[in-house]
Amino acid sequence: MADVALQPRTAKRQIREATAWDQLRTNRNWLGFWFMLPAMAFLIFFLAYPLGLGVWISFTDAKIGRPGEYIGIENYEWLWGDSIFWLSVFNTLLYTFIASAIKFAIGLYLALLLNENMPFKAMLRALVLIPFIVPTVLSALAFWWIFDSQFSIISWSLKQIGLITENINFLGDVTWARICVIFANIWRGVPFVAITLLAGLQTVQPSLYEAATLDGASKWEMFRFITYPLLTPIIAVVMTFSVLFTFTDFQLIWAMTRGGPVNATHLMATLSYQRAIIAGQLGEGAAISSAMIPFLLAAIMVSWFGLQRRKWQQGENND
Amino acid sequence: MHDFTRRSLLQGGTALAAAGALTGPALFDFAKAWAQSAPWKAEKGAKLTVMRWKRFVPAEDDAFNAMVAAFKAATGTEMNVFSESFEDVQPKASVAANTGSGLDLAWGLHTLPQLFPTQVLQMNDVADYLGKKYGGWTDAAAVTCKQGNNWLGIPVATIGGYMTYRKSSVEKAGFKDFPKDFPGFLEMCKALKKNNTPAGFPLGHASGDANAWLHWILWGHGAYTVDKDNKVIINSPETVKALEYCKALSDTFIPGVASWNDSSNNKAFLAGELHCTANGISIYVAAKDDPNKKELTEDTYHALWPVGPIGKPTELQLCVPILAFKFTKYPNAAKAFVAFMLEKENYDKWLSGARGYLTHTLNAYDNSPVWTADPKNQVFSQASKRALPASGIGTPGEKAATAIADFLVVDMFANYCTGREDAKGAIAVTERQLKRIYR
Repeated sequence: MADVALQPRTAKRQIREATAWDQLRTNRNWLGFWFMLPAMAFLIFFLAYPLGLGVWISFTDAKIGRPGEYIGIENYEWLWGDSIFWLSVFNTLLYTFIASAIKFAIGLYLALLLNENMPFKAMLRALVLIPFIVPTVLSALAFWWIFDSQFSIISWSLKQIGLITENINFLGDVTWARICVIFANIWRGVPFVAITLLAGLQTVQPSLYEAATLDGASKWEMFRFITYPLLTPIIAVVMTFSVLFTFTDFQLIWAMTRGGPVNATHLMATLSYQRAIIAGQLGEGAAISSAMIPFLLAAIMVSWFGLQRRKWQQGENND
Repeated sequence: MHDFTRRSLLQGGTALAAAGALTGPALFDFAKAWAQSAPWKAEKGAKLTVMRWKRFVPAEDDAFNAMVAAFKAATGTEMNVFSESFEDVQPKASVAANTGSGLDLAWGLHTLPQLFPTQVLQMNDVADYLGKKYGGWTDAAAVTCKQGNNWLGIPVATIGGYMTYRKSSVEKAGFKDFPKDFPGFLEMCKALKKNNTPAGFPLGHASGDANAWLHWILWGHGAYTVDKDNKVIINSPETVKALEYCKALSDTFIPGVASWNDSSNNKAFLAGELHCTANGISIYVAAKDDPNKKELTEDTYHALWPVGPIGKPTELQLCVPILAFKFTKYPNAAKAFVAFMLEKENYDKWLSGARGYLTHTLNAYDNSPVWTADPKNQVFSQASKRALPASGIGTPGEKAATAIADFLVVDMFANYCTGREDAKGAIAVTERQLKRIYR
């Protein structure tokens, strides 16, 4: 009787459908989910949440120390007619475009140069990295001194040589100030571009160049038809990061000019800081920061779709 | 945070002894006696966390620390004191106000208590006690800290800024005395430029110096950002006159002022390139402390800001009030500490330590030794009396603080003086921003 009584229970256990818990324990997809969970949590709490909070604050009249009320798009409407905001947008685009282009040109040149066999190559490569290892604020302070209106070493030297009679008004003149901050950004950013492109160049097989040499290809043709196509994915990644870093630059500008003279070097990031933290208008500052998102997304998309189109990376031909 | 060791106390005491102040055992004896008779008795086991602005004159910090240590010894109150840069005091105090924790006392810039009036401990009794005992408060200091009849904080001091100039250069320019009105001042600056001994005032984002002298020009012409009802009135003929005067003045300046921050004029003056500017006493103190700058020290003098067409002083001086938060567990200890800070036995030596960088806000300290110890300090003694509050004729508070922190007046003048905008355009941009803030 005991056996008979047990039998249906056993049979019932055999045909029981897998519970959600069973699936969570054994299903491979769910296992993948478990492994992904820490990364997802990290992304949500430390990346998505702050971004979402920032965007939310931009729809409020929050002040420092007070959460504020929801005011819809009032902050954005206000910024739409704010000449200083548009000046900061112009400055940011100008700064990003010129600095990124020059950083790329110099970085590529240095990478090609350092990829050649030459004496003291290791030392030269290390030297290129120097601007990258100096803390940004420190280099910004150094540039501040170099371009100081009264104590510039450049003005002093040129005066000593007899080329000028008065100090150059580096950071006090609108055009000069823009040139100076762009120059400082290029100085800081070139090593990143150069070293990353150099790493990319090292992956190009020498046999390709040997074959091209046998075919009688010139240096330019080798660059145009071998180096450049193979380096394109690296260039896309490097330029994406370079544009993002330049667009969101803050420390260099804040330490050198604080956005001056007459707001001529205010980037969106520095204006956002001034309005939000210094002046206490958190909502407005957040709106300026949020207004950067479309520009940054556009920069990422260009690179993203550029990379997606290169199907040869997955073993297929280019579109 | 400061940990008051015997060594640090001795170091503080040494600095104070040099200033001829009440130090060492005498200071502790006074503190003990004061604690016995003070109207506020610190709660048993009280602990106070105090945030203050980072000192500019080291001896002032020494005097402050010695005072804190004496209070701690006399009342048994645990004291944690830490310093923050000017820009960081306001956000951190605001966060404390918002979260209701972290700080008991905050010592910061002019509008701090007005930012969160519902979160501060009212100090009417402390203000009354000190005011009666020490000859009353100066007007600007009281206006800065009061909301109606309530004191939201105590105006500990004013950081005074005045004309700093090379006497020999001004005399060579044909002026026996420093000019006392706007036309005379402009003529002097023209002559200084002609002699290649130029004046220079910052037109960049210099939080203290640029705001100070440009508000002086604005107010001196009878122009204000807002009226007494906080209605925006920047768009006025008086503002245009102020812009025109400032443009004429800026044409005489040393090149580069559009890029200057708060330290630029100090450096240029000490390097001998600048012969007239407006600043706290720090330029003179730095010159005095440098044995290689004896000649410059002797030639450096201070003067009151010249008076504008409206015929009365229109100075923006930086009041530095202290406030206690309502949520502090030790309100009596907090009030006792604030009152203790401003007692004569402490305050005189503190002013001496600051060497003229801080100016008293209680009338009884008019004759403090620091103002007579060096005749060149004397001008700074008037900072609290001649100042207008940061809001001008408007209501002090968050909005006025925002307008100043966002450099609205500075940018308006800079835009016009550098030729970036005409007067109408410069005023229009400022007016729009002011209306946004005062909406």
